[in-house]
Amino acid sequence: MPREEMLANIRAALGCASRATATAPPVYLRGSRIPRGERIAVFFDCIQRLSGKTHRASSPSDACAYVAAVLEGRTAVASNAALLDECGITRLPRVASGVYERPRLRELCASSDAGITSADFALADTGSLVMISSPREARMISLLPPLHLAVVSEQSILSGLDELFETLPHPAGQSSSMVLITGPSRTADIEQILVRGVHGPGEIHVVVV
Amino acid sequence: MTPLVQIRETIANAGLQQAIYASTGRLMDKRRHAVAPEVFPDYQELRSQANLLKRHTLEHLDFYLEQFENNVAARGGKVIWCRTPGEVADFILGLAREREARLVVKSKSMTTEELHLNERLEQHGLEAVETDLGEYIIQLAGQRPYHIVAPALHMTRYDVADLFTGKLRIEKETAPEKQTLIARGVLRQKFLSADIGISGANFLVADSGAVVLVENEGNARLTTSAPPIHIAVAGIEKMIPRAQDLAVFLRLLGSSATGQALTVYTSFLAGPRRPLELDGPDEFYVVLLDGGRTRLLADAERRQSLFCIRCGACLNHCPVYRKIGGHNYPWVYSGPIGAIITPQFHGIDRDPWLPYASSLCGACAEVCPVKIDIPKLLLDLRADVTTRTRRGLAERFAFRMYAWLATSPALFGFAGRVAALLAPSNTWIKRLPWFLNVGPVAKWISQRDLPPPPAKSFRRLWKERKRHAA
Ligand code: SF4
Repeated sequence: MPREEMLANIRAALGCASRATATAPPVYLRGSRIPRGERIAVFFDCIQRLSGKTHRASSPSDACAYVAAVLEGRTAVASNAALLDECGITRLPRVASGVYERPRLRELCASSDAGITSADFALADTGSLVMISSPREARMISLLPPLHLAVVSEQSILSGLDELFETLPHPAGQSSSMVLITGPSRTADIEQILVRGVHGPGEIHVVVV
Repeated sequence: MTPLVQIRETIANAGLQQAIYASTGRLMDKRRHAVAPEVFPDYQELRSQANLLKRHTLEHLDFYLEQFENNVAARGGKVIWCRTPGEVADFILGLAREREARLVVKSKSMTTEELHLNERLEQHGLEAVETDLGEYIIQLAGQRPYHIVAPALHMTRYDVADLFTGKLRIEKETAPEKQTLIARGVLRQKFLSADIGISGANFLVADSGAVVLVENEGNARLTTSAPPIHIAVAGIEKMIPRAQDLAVFLRLLGSSATGQALTVYTSFLAGPRRPLELDGPDEFYVVLLDGGRTRLLADAERRQSLFCIRCGACLNHCPVYRKIGGHNYPWVYSGPIGAIITPQFHGIDRDPWLPYASSLCGACAEVCPVKIDIPKLLLDLRADVTTRTRRGLAERFAFRMYAWLATSPALFGFAGRVAALLAPSNTWIKRLPWFLNVGPVAKWISQRDLPPPPAKSFRRLWKERKRHAA
């Protein structure tokens, strides 16, 4: 069996026997602590530097109005996140929502102009959205359409990566997939020239409610 | 045999030299800004942490591999253990046959380059498509990656235009934006109809049974989410103990590789789609490859070669890589990291020249985010080469003389004073008398020069200084 042979070889190389525990060095989490009041500003600044667009909504209906203005009547598919419904975004014209049927969802993601999601968390000091796959949030909505609109609540903004892993030490306990999205999809594979929108969305808008 | 002819060609190719120099230069600049103290204040602390964590993990690798396997299984995935690259390819082919797969999409993975996977798959009638833009270009061109992070670093947009026109039968397009759009269109269809997605892994997380992938394009997300089967292929050294350790590694990797605080997409994937989730693969496999890695574990010093997180910074900063480029290195991994792992994976006899492809300037060690002492390892490997090959009588005699001289302080000082008297000009070594300028000596001195010995030696200055102080 390759498994036993590989493990035996490793133990022989390390000069040890099979063991039941290992004491890892203490966890190192002590990144920046951004006060709550300043997080939106830092978060928005990071997103803008990545050439994403931002909007601070004064109310749920303001968030909805912003999304409608960005869409300009283009087609979109919205996730099942409660916040989108609260804002009324799921009731906008040409926005498909409440889709739980998997083949249909995939088709919609592949054909829509925009994907609208919320996010479980946002990271202020890197400008990232934390997307945890669930019945509320599919993986493909933030991936297949060329435009991604994310509507997040102000409380979900964390300082950064360190705080995320403090809050969520075991992401695998919740979901098969956690993705951090930091800006629009991009490449520099040809002559190190920056091009946006390779396989994922080339345009990203983040609305904080 | 050294591939001297190819190296000469690379150096003589002005366009290529310009491409390598410009691209690595840009990557250097981006990194420099990203790790500047005002941007990344705890950069040095994180480097030490990363080094500590990697050291610990490898010392307990057997434990973490088993923990990882248990956690993958608990999430409904499966771990496949492979001793050799051939076994990895066999597993993938077997699974593809069982599931009657036709089309495989791949996201960037250096590890699968070790197996020549694409060739193997194609031999068996499967279509295998690389989906990272750089990798896609390289695959169309029938080449291997030029750089760990930027596979098509050596190609210009005009090369890409010719390639696309020839292979995709489209009109010539030289703007990178348009070229990217063309690739997006072709590859989007592949993603949506693929039967299997194959990725690498930047990290394997033991306490979660998770595979972590970092990327900028979104192709890794598509590869791991669109097809019904996801297979991640990873070297056993990719292990880290806990999800929380990612706070250390992700920051280091992004800033060292491309100067980004975080890459655009970081995927943390644990098992297949769960019952109520709306998308994701139905099957999830992690293939753990040894492929020569365990051999490096035995030596506590050399083990650090396995700390590498493949950021590519040592390539960008290497004066040798920047001259000879990526394809003159004999195996998958190029640059300083390639120079230390290739001989250790394959044995030193295959490419004994490789540890010498370095000026030992130390730039690689200075920028390495996990603090691998690459120059030290290069020296160690050079020692391997010299102890294995029998040196000529003259060489052995010369070094014995030198050892005798250098281990006797009085003699050494005397020799220094004599040398200062006899060799006053700074090109003296090139003007050795004709009877010394022969054979290997001639070759050696044609490339080198010694600075003239100073009027007062360091030892002399030191003595004087002490006398003054007293
Ligand atoms: S050896 Fe260090 S610098 Fe080089 S690729 Fe690996 S991690 Fe990066």
